[in-house]
Formats: sequence, C-alpha cells, structure tokens
Amino acid sequence: MQKEYTVTVYTEDRIGITNRITVIFTRRGINITSLTTAETEIPGVYKFIITVLSEREKLEKVVGQIEKLIEIHRAFVHEEDEVVYQELALYKISTKSLHNGNIEQLIRDNHARILTITADYFVIEKTGHQQELIAMLKKLEPYGLIEYSKSGRVAIVKWSRRFHDHLKELAAKEADNFKAVSH
Amino acid sequence: MPQKDVLPMKAKPATKPAPAATAPVKSITGSEAVIRSLIAEGVETIFGYPGGAIMPIYDALYDFQDQVHHILVRHEQGATHAAQGYARASGKVGVVFATSGPGATNLVTGLADAHMDSTPMVCITGQVAAHLLGTDAFQETDVIGITMPITKWNIQVTRAEDIPGAIAKAFYIARNGRPGPVLVDITKNAQVATMDFEYKKCEYIRSYQPLPELKQEEVEAAAALINSAKKPYILCGHGVLIADAQQELIALAEKAQIPIASTLLGLSAVPVDHPLYVGYLGMHGNYGPNIKTNECDVLIAVGMRFDDRITGDVNTYARQAKVVHIEIDKAEINKIIKADAAIHADAKAALQALLPKIKEQRNDEWLQGFKEADKMEEEKVTRRELYPEEGQLKMAEVIRVISEKTGGHAILVTDVGQHQMIASRYYRFQDPNTNITSGGMGTMGFALPAAMGAKVGTPEKEVVAIIGDGCFQMTLQELGTIYQSEIGVKIVILNNNFLGMVRQWQQLFFDKRYSSTEMINPDFVQIAKGFFVPGRKVTDRAEISAAVDEMLNTKGAYLLEVVVEKEDNVFPMVPAGAPIANIRLE
Repeated sequence: MQKEYTVTVYTEDRIGITNRITVIFTRRGINITSLTTAETEIPGVYKFIITVLSEREKLEKVVGQIEKLIEIHRAFVHEEDEVVYQELALYKISTKSLHNGNIEQLIRDNHARILTITADYFVIEKTGHQQELIAMLKKLEPYGLIEYSKSGRVAIVKWSRRFHDHLKELAAKEADNFKAVSH
Repeated sequence: MPQKDVLPMKAKPATKPAPAATAPVKSITGSEAVIRSLIAEGVETIFGYPGGAIMPIYDALYDFQDQVHHILVRHEQGATHAAQGYARASGKVGVVFATSGPGATNLVTGLADAHMDSTPMVCITGQVAAHLLGTDAFQETDVIGITMPITKWNIQVTRAEDIPGAIAKAFYIARNGRPGPVLVDITKNAQVATMDFEYKKCEYIRSYQPLPELKQEEVEAAAALINSAKKPYILCGHGVLIADAQQELIALAEKAQIPIASTLLGLSAVPVDHPLYVGYLGMHGNYGPNIKTNECDVLIAVGMRFDDRITGDVNTYARQAKVVHIEIDKAEINKIIKADAAIHADAKAALQALLPKIKEQRNDEWLQGFKEADKMEEEKVTRRELYPEEGQLKMAEVIRVISEKTGGHAILVTDVGQHQMIASRYYRFQDPNTNITSGGMGTMGFALPAAMGAKVGTPEKEVVAIIGDGCFQMTLQELGTIYQSEIGVKIVILNNNFLGMVRQWQQLFFDKRYSSTEMINPDFVQIAKGFFVPGRKVTDRAEISAAVDEMLNTKGAYLLEVVVEKEDNVFPMVPAGAPIANIRLE
C-alpha cells in the first residue's frame, strides 16, 4: 500500500550527487514529493531528506541501490511515526490587508510570527506539518496573499542513538584523495 | 595476406625512457599525466578512437608507445566491447579512449553492458574546454549525465592537477568490490595545462567499502541451513569467477555432495565434466537444473542475482526451498528472491569460511534425479541436436565439433540470440573465464569486438567467436581492427538468414508472423576477404570437421560461415515470465 515515507541519505559533497540519487527513484517510477538537503554538522558531509509516496518493500530496495553509490555513506527509509519533522512556510501578504479582520489573532492562534513589515507587504513565518501550513494558507488568502513558499521536510529519527558520533568518526577518517572541483 | 601499408603503432620507436614513466615529474601536461597514470596502474593495452577533444592525450600517447599498446578500433562501441572481452579474459581492467560528443555517446551500450555484467573498465573521454561546458559547443555532450545510471562511478575533471587522483580512484572503483565500468571525462584545457606529476594509488574511499566484512553469524546461519538439507542445490554465478572462488565452490560441493548448476555468466567456473556439475540454468538452460530448482530444499546461490531469465515467474520460483544467498553486492540480497540466510561477502571469503562448518553428506538419490532428467533431455532434445544425420546443419553440432576440436579449452565468445544459447548449452567448458558473453544487456554485436579484446588480453589462448548473421552485421567493421592489429581470432558465423531468436518467439507466441526477422545477407566470406581475413563457407555436414580444422590450423584470424537450418529452435524453453515448471522440451 502507498504511504508517505521519509528517506534520509548521507553523502559526500560532490557535484551531481542529487542526480545520482534521484535517478534511482526515477527508474522505479517513484515521485519525490519533497527534497531538503544541506551540509551536516560535519563539513563535507551532506544529508538529504526526501519524502515520497510509495511502498516499504520497494523503498528498501531503492535505499539499497542508493547506498551502493560510491559517494553515499548511508541511506535509510523511515515510516511516518519513526521521525519527528517540521516544515517551514513563508506567506507574503499585502500590508493594506492588515486592516481587514483580526490578523493578529490568526498569527497568535497558529503560533506563526511576522518576519518583516514594509509599507507594501509583510511576511509571516510558520513551521509545522504540511496540513497545518496549508490550513494557514487558506486562512490567509482572504487577506490578500501575494506569495507563498514552503520548504521540504527537516526530520530527526526517533530511534537514532549515535548519528552524531558516527558522523564525527567519519570526519576523523581521511576524505578520499581526490576532490571534485568546479571550474 | 598482402603487405600492409599501415604500421601498427607499437612498432614505432620510443622517444621516452621506460623506467621514469610513473616517477614524480615536474611540469608536464595533463595529457602526459593521463598516460603516466595509466602506466602506473599497470595498463598495457588501450582500445580507442581519436577525435578533436582527446587529441592532446593521443599526442602524449605517441611518446609512450613502447609501454602502452593502443588498438585503433573502427567504432567506439567496439572499443568498449573489446575492453570488456579483454577484462573478462585476462582479469585486468579494460581501458578505452574516446573523444567527446559522438565518441562519448558511442560508449553507452558498452558501458551499460559492462555495468550489468560486472566488468571492470575505465573509459577516458575527451571533453570540450571547461569554459565551453554547457554552451552547446561543437561535439559537447553531457556524458557525465548520460552515463550516470550505467557506470559504477563517473567524474569530470577540469583541472590538470586533478587527473592522477581521478584516474587512481577510477581504477580502484572499477576493479574492487563488485567490479564495473567507470568513466573519466577530461576537459581539453585540463589536458593541455601543465602540472607537477606524482602518482599515488587509491587504496581507500571513506564512503565506499568494496569488501564487506564477513560476519561469523551469517556464516553459521548459512552452514546450519546447508547441513540440515536433504536436497541441497548450488547455483553458481559470475561472482564465483570474479572472486576466483571456483576451487572453494567445488570443494564445498564435493564435501556435502551438492549438485552445481551454472548461470549464463557462471559458465566455465566448474568444468562441465565434473561429476557434481549438472548443467546450465535459465530460459534455455538444461531441463534438470531448471525443474530441480522447484524440488530442492536448500538453494545455495553464490555470486548471482536471480535474473528473470533464471527465475521465470518469481511467485512460483523455489517456493519450497530455504535460500542461502552469498553475494558481495548488498543491494542484490533480497532484491528478487528473499534469502533465509544471506552472507554479504566476497564469494571466496564466504566459501572458505563455510567449508569447515559443512558436514560431509551423501545425496545419491537426489543426484540421481538430475541424471534422470538429463536422460530425458537427451532423448527429447540433445541427441538429435548434437548428432543429426539428415537435414541441414544444426547449430548445436557445429558447437559440438568446435568443442571437441578445442578440447573445451578455447575462450568462447558468444553474441546474443539462438547461437548464444546453443553455444552455452553445448560447449564443454574446461577452464575458468573461458565463457565471454553479453548476459544482462543481451547486446547484439558484442562478440566480434569482445573476442578481439579477449585475444589481445590472453594471446596464448585460442579465442573462438560464435556469432549469428544478424549480430555480425552490427559490428563487422571491427574486421578492420583485426586486420590492422593482427588479432588472431577465429570467427564462426552461424547463418540461418534470420534473426533466429526473435523468429522463434514469433513462431511460438506470435502465430508465425515473421515480422522483420528474415535477413537477406551479404557474402560474409567475401566481406572477410575485403579485410584480408581468410575464410570459408560451409553448407554440408560432411565438410564441417575439415572446415573447423582449417580454421583452427590457420595462423591468425579466420572466418568460418556455416549455413545452418533456417527455422531451428532452441529447446528447452521457459516462456518469458512463466513458471519454471512450464519448461517446454519441444
């Protein structure tokens, strides 16, 4: 049965690594619904957090094939209840609309906050799960929404014990003798 | 043979002294660093084709001809298959040079083939200068993007100083773990820039562990299953040959009296005369080995990946059996068939660890069952295939004659189709790594260039290519390479004037609607003559023995065309995707 899963991948910092990972999902016809990637606490090691709608068995094979790539350290597949996660959304609203209705209450009720205000627009930030961010979007629409932007997922694994230690051990190992460079 | 007016490159005098090639040297071009790096990796042979973006590397090669032998192929695809044949026969890494753009895209088929069949290969492609990347420059193509899913690893190098490191890593990755093809794309500016050369072999990549650590508990679990078996059954795959674990596999089989069947790429690991060797598996494999898969109680798969040509319908495959899977590539474990006890390790290490834990056993009755199945196959198929007395020549009898006259010691390079299946069924392999064929990809046109590479890699061996009339016309231009580089391969064309395997399927599954499978062929012996390769065409049974003698006694290359039965079929056959139990003997 198709469910939402979070796949996490630890990689070396290399040009094209995103392509190498995503092509494995492509081969099996799996659509990536969100992708977040950034450097970990260890310089030169990146973490990809990928959400997909798929089946566990299929994803375990995908993860195996991702791990097989030379510049991948580890890859995991997580059920929804195995991760604590957040997403972040920004909402740009016309300043004029501040006078329509009680936007202050809306921000308080949703634990959102205002990042900036200019004469023309203001920007609200909210973190949460996708459904909450979309619910907020619906509520803000009547106020004159100018732009909406949402991140992919940032996740922490509930069962992890020593991920940080493992990464530190990795950092202690010599990176390979060749660094890819861009021109 | 007439005098050639082209001298092989190797014959030209060297201008650089040999011993210094791999020592540190100041201020050389990136191109020279490429050649010195290859020499440092022990490369003796390169298959390639020059062009604009790789010309500086070819220019550097000119000074090292006494140390590196370059073979000029007639098409870059031929270079990749030659490198594959070279690697599979010699155990060394095959090396290919090609230029950017079309040169690079012509490597795609060979790379994909090598990737599927775990063949170590390093391809070096020229690329447009770094400042032109992404601009649709002349002969620019994104070869890194194109080959990403069909290489074990690839890298683009844009600075001269990165060349030795990239090549070191390429060889390390290509030859270690489950081997595979690697592509190094070098921009023209990196080839011409100068750098200080120092070569350090790659011995470690922190994100890649080629040799998994053998886990004792996995060995124990596998041993317990094997010791509990009443009907154990070994499937020997390509991984056995790659790990050089033939002796270990045979020792284990002998100790517990376990029958061994082979996959297509596992052929030649176990001599076919070995009393425990029961035959060849898969769609056109032997009857017993296939049906016994569904009778054994413990299936011991070594260095193989349960290809769909082996399993047929996976839902009915070996359901009664516990599965022991010995495999170096973790992604293959549980990919198709769930393992009850997996050993994630190199086949040699795993089998060595298993052997002392395996109890001596006798399985006479179980082994007898294979003999009975064999007898049935012989009555229904084999005898009349191998020893027909009337009608047109059959492919199988040609293979039998070649097998007898080479004693099963030749390297057999087969192309793809009916002749491949027939050769795999009937050639009596005696020595490891003497079966070279395109398994996973099924690349028509593979055999001629692969045979070339195999002969160059192991000149002391007799190399016989078995090729269909369709396959031959996909890469026949390599006859030019065979002539120029004086490569003594024996070429046997089994000509049925059909794309035989497709025609067989059309006969069996498409109501004999022979859509675009009949071939009106040229005169193959005349074509060979044009390339100064002697040859002969045989149509009569009476001539075949003498013709094979003539071929084998000819010094250098030879082409033997054998006209065989036009609508011959390969049996047994498991229809694609069907349960193995549906195997047809006729």
